[in-house]
Amino acid sequence: MHIDIDRGLCIGAGQCARAAPNVFTQDDDGMSTLLPTPEYGGGGPVHLAVQSCPVRAITVVSED
Amino acid sequence: MSETEPVTFPQDRSCPYHPPAAYDPLRTTRPLCRGRLHDGRVVWLVTGHALARTLLADKRLSTDRDHPDFPALAARYVEKKKPRLALLGVDDPKHREQRKIMMPSFTLPRAVEQRQQIQEIVDERLDAMITQLPPVDLVSAYALPVASMVMCALLGVPYADHEFFEEQSRRINRGPAPEDVEDARSQLEAYFDELIDHKLNETVPGNGVMDELVHQHLNQGKVDREDVIALASRLLLAGFETSANMISLGTFTLLQHPEQLTELRTSPEFLQPAVEELLRLLSIVDGLRRRATEDIKVSDDTTIRAGDGVIFVTSVINRDGSVYHAPDTLDWHRSARHHVAFGFGIHQCLGQNLARSELEIALRTLFERLPTLRLAAPADEIGFNSGDEMFQGMTELPITW
Repeated sequence: MHIDIDRGLCIGAGQCARAAPNVFTQDDDGMSTLLPTPEYGGGGPVHLAVQSCPVRAITVVSED
Repeated sequence: MSETEPVTFPQDRSCPYHPPAAYDPLRTTRPLCRGRLHDGRVVWLVTGHALARTLLADKRLSTDRDHPDFPALAARYVEKKKPRLALLGVDDPKHREQRKIMMPSFTLPRAVEQRQQIQEIVDERLDAMITQLPPVDLVSAYALPVASMVMCALLGVPYADHEFFEEQSRRINRGPAPEDVEDARSQLEAYFDELIDHKLNETVPGNGVMDELVHQHLNQGKVDREDVIALASRLLLAGFETSANMISLGTFTLLQHPEQLTELRTSPEFLQPAVEELLRLLSIVDGLRRRATEDIKVSDDTTIRAGDGVIFVTSVINRDGSVYHAPDTLDWHRSARHHVAFGFGIHQCLGQNLARSELEIALRTLFERLPTLRLAAPADEIGFNSGDEMFQGMTELPITW
């Protein structure tokens, strides 16, 4: 899975890390970032993270 | 689009955890209708869930409270002397600069780290409350002190000053006169101004948000003193009474739903969804304000015009039946996901992760420690806030155990 996070939009709400804690975390600046070895778990949590992001900063570029 | 008479907004709730019955017309005219404010001004009331999420993320809706046409929900909030604002109240790019400064202090991992400290505060306040002879008022004995101690610890301000904070916060929210609101704001700003000097003279800085603001941002010229004061005031006002009201109104609501409460007590795995469901159902910040800076076409026959006031009625949005099955029922088996109790878009609540930790710990510990907790007065005789207050919630909550 290829995920794009727009750091120019991210407001550090942490909703991605809440929705998909095995995929997203927040760095020292509070910005959304991918874990070093994300576990996508079928993609459901990632899509929930996409919907939960209040500024639409997360895009699934490709499913594989 | 309804052409009927605008609905007066805000109005008083008749039950503290349900929207006013007078908002019923708003539920049949989703996703938006016309409303009338205290000063006679006609505004848009957004009531549909999908439209609310779209519009809350729309940059053409401004939160610039300095603008003379920015809608006010009560006369006492119309301040002659405009305070310096931070975060909610300013638009990008200024807002984004401020948000980026605050983001590291409010992450999800940070909220997890803060859980132990919150637990200690909650335990201490419960110990103190339990030594009193019931009945006691849960608002003054538990909800307010817990929320204010968490806020003091977060900001890095001495808890000894908590009564001062609570008093200024109360006056800013309730007035009663615009002069009270202005005076309370000035006093709060003067307090933070003095605290900045104190922090600057400290040889070993503390680890609160104020310490970071002063030593990492103000000292290095990244923000000016007025911005630090505005940010500190904003955090205090946004994070204190909100949490306190969620604790006390959440407790009241659970006590009024004994079956659900029993399930929560016996199955603690429902704690997180229960807090989320309470946030949705109670919608204590009921009326998020914006002003359109450009025309926004909502549908073929509806356009929000530049200059129009727009109010998001969260209590109605969060009960949109097309999103939440049986929306008036407290039910954490149905997901409360995507509620807008914390807003949406660039201004979505900065402290939401901390707030969730605080609510989970405060509610779980209260019901664990006091298994026989119950109301000490008839439910319909207990006072709650008027509809035109910034936050909905209980003014008192007499309990016994």
